[in-house]
This record gives sequence, structure tokens and C-alpha cells, in this order.
Amino acid sequence: MTEIFNITLLSLQVSAVATIISLTIGLPFGTWLALGNFRGRSFILSIINTGMALPPVVVGLVVAIMLWRSGPLGNLRLIYTPVAIIIAQTVIAAPVVTGLTAAALEALDPRLQQQLLGLGASRPQMIWYLWREARLPLLAALMAGFGSVISEVGASMMVGGNIRGQTRVLTTAIVLETSKGEFGQALALSALLLVLTYLINLALTWIQQKGARR
Amino acid sequence: MANLIEINNLQIIRNNHITLEIPSLSIQRGETLTVVGPNGAGKTTLLLALAYLLKPARGEIIYDGMSLLQMDELEYRRKISFVFQAPLLMDMTVEQNVALGLKFRNTPQEDADGRVGKWMKQLGIESLSKRRAGQLSGGEAQRVSLARAFVLEPELLLLDEPFAALDPPTHAKLLDDLSDILKQDHKTAVFVTHNLKEAAKLSHRIAVIVGGMLRQVGTVRQIKTYPADDAVEAFLQELP
Repeated sequence: MTEIFNITLLSLQVSAVATIISLTIGLPFGTWLALGNFRGRSFILSIINTGMALPPVVVGLVVAIMLWRSGPLGNLRLIYTPVAIIIAQTVIAAPVVTGLTAAALEALDPRLQQQLLGLGASRPQMIWYLWREARLPLLAALMAGFGSVISEVGASMMVGGNIRGQTRVLTTAIVLETSKGEFGQALALSALLLVLTYLINLALTWIQQKGARR
Repeated sequence: MANLIEINNLQIIRNNHITLEIPSLSIQRGETLTVVGPNGAGKTTLLLALAYLLKPARGEIIYDGMSLLQMDELEYRRKISFVFQAPLLMDMTVEQNVALGLKFRNTPQEDADGRVGKWMKQLGIESLSKRRAGQLSGGEAQRVSLARAFVLEPELLLLDEPFAALDPPTHAKLLDDLSDILKQDHKTAVFVTHNLKEAAKLSHRIAVIVGGMLRQVGTVRQIKTYPADDAVEAFLQELP
């Protein structure tokens, strides 16, 4: 029971940290892409949109190569640690948050920027109020980012190693139990993962709908 | 009366096209200048340039004796206020929308409350103060938009066809109210419209822009009697 609790806690911690880092990267980067008018903008957006569909195993492979003992970042000794899983999950979630942030802000009336500036807003004030105006789709970006990492297994397995008591998370534990033929255990863990994902999304949806009704 | 705005040899380029050229134009302090012209003539471009939201490719705009190029952009934009054709209200209450520009300027709460109350009353929207922007009619929303601009007590007010999308009775009522406020407060304002009657009601002097070029400045009578060129004449003939 303690082991399941620890696996669940680690899953939540790793995915929450990866989502927060993705938000820290994706919100400003997506805003820059949405509001910017520069050469190569469409190309960067197409790369980000492709990144939204990055296969987790490919991310896992690249991050594993980077963090491998003999790899460029091998001396950091991060492979098979929770930090490695966070790095891989951030690579998966950051394009999702960036792409959806850009889409959310691009959906606003473009004259809103000029209106805010015309009322005397500084650039940071303008961006803050654009975020406020797009808060519902931005919350959806957060939910999509979290959803993409809490449920992925390939990258976590490859860079975390599924080490008991250290890097085992719910998805990798489900894979392990299935490979052992312990379908009952695997189903119980799957149910736990689904309930957790549902509860977190329920809370975020409640916040989103509360905002929509106001 | 001293000039608040002087425009010299202005050229604005958008998407690699010259969209506006103004050899010379001045606006006196306390004056309402109405800008008329057909759709796509460059009227909104002029307002955006005056708000320093578009930078000139050539020439300059001098505000109160100082070129905008030498002024701090934010400091300048906090002396003016802009009302667009669409109300562009934020998803918040009427009261919060009206107070938005004051919030940007960190106006003390007590002062802000007083000014917001005064202008909501002046524009007849005080009963709507707690209502959210999405629940307003077109006319109500445009009143909020005007209050949001007037509450800043700007030195220069820029109005871009603010009543164009409204039904005729609401349009007429709002125009009357705006005309009264502008006269009463001696505001310096630039009002864009393509309606000559509206222009005559609001101001003495009218500027005609056609095809991205300032063609003529004068009274309605002068413009109708002696149109500066064929383009102005053609514009006048197209009017209802």
C-alpha cells in the first residue's frame, strides 16, 4: 500500500513540476509568437505545432542520449532519476502549452492590443490583460499540458528506468505489472491513474466554467 | 489658440504600401477636428499614427511643441485616449472597464472611484455599473467605451467612427451627448467618420482624406462649394 502511495505521489510530483516548467516556458514563448510580427514566425509556429504531436518514445530516446553517462550531459548523472523524467515530460508538454497559448491569443480581436495601448497600458500590462481575456483557453492549454505528461509512459520508462522506490511512476508500474501477467494489479493502478487524472481535470474544468459563467 | 498637434510631411507605410500622406495639418488645443473620407481612405491610419501605434516612415508629428520621436512612448500615450469603432470591452464589469485606464496609471483608488462615478453618470450608465460587458447592448457598450476614454481626462481624444455600428436613434442620441461633452469640456479631439452631417455637428473644421492623401481642410460649406480636387468631388457625390 505504501509503495502504491509513493508511486502515485511521485507521478503527481513529476507531472506537476513538468507542467509548471512547461507553463513557465510556454506562456511567454506562445505569447511572443502570437503577438510578434517577425520573419520566420510561421516556420517557428509550424515547428511548435509539430512538437505538440511529439511521440514520447522519441523524446525519451533523445533525452536518454543527452543524459546517458557517455552523453553530452552525462556528467550531471541525471539518467534514471526523477529529474530525468521531469526533463523528458517538459519536452513533451512545453510545445503543447506554447502552441495552445499562441492559438488562444491569436483568437482574440487583434485590435484589443491597440485598444489597451491606446488606454495607456504599458507592454507588460497589455500582455497581462490579454492573458486575462484568454484565461479560459489558457486553462485548457494547462489541462492539455498536464494530460500529455501524466499519461505518457515511453519517455518515463526510457529516462527513468522504472526503478522501484526511485523512478517508478503509475504508467511505468502499469507496464511492468502487465508484462508480469499481473492484470489485476495493472487494472487497479490504471483505475487509480484515471481517477487522479479525472479529479485534477474536474478541478480545472470547474475553475474554467466558473470563469465562463461570470 | 496654440496648436496641440502639428503634422509635417507625414508618410505612413503599412504592408509595403503607402497608406497615408499628410503634407501639413495642425490641430488647435480645445478643437474638435473631424476627419472624413471613404472606406479605406486612411482615416484610421491617421488616428493610429496620432496615438503613436503606427510609426511614420517619413515626417513627424509634433505634440505640444515636441516631436513624438523625442517623447517617451508610454508617457505620450498616457496623455491621450482612443475609442475604436467596436467597443472592445474587456470581460469584466462596466465599472471595471471604465476604470481600466486609471488602473494602468496607478491612479489612487479614491480619485479613481470619483472619476469613474462622474463619467458613468455623465454617459448614463451608472445603473449598469455591476453588469458584465457581455450583457450590454451595442449602444450601452459604446457608452462604456466612451466613459472609459473620458474618465482619463486626456489631453487628446481620438475617436474612430464610434457610433457607426449603432442603430439610427442610438446613434443620434450618442452623437448629441458626445457633442455636448466635447463643447462643455473644451476637449481636443479628432473624430473620424464618413458622414458629413455628423462631421458638421461635431466640429467647425473638417479634414478630407481620399486615397491615403489629405486633400482638403475647411468648413463643410467650403468643402462642398470648392472641393479641392476631383477625388474630393467624387467622394462628396457618393455621399447620401
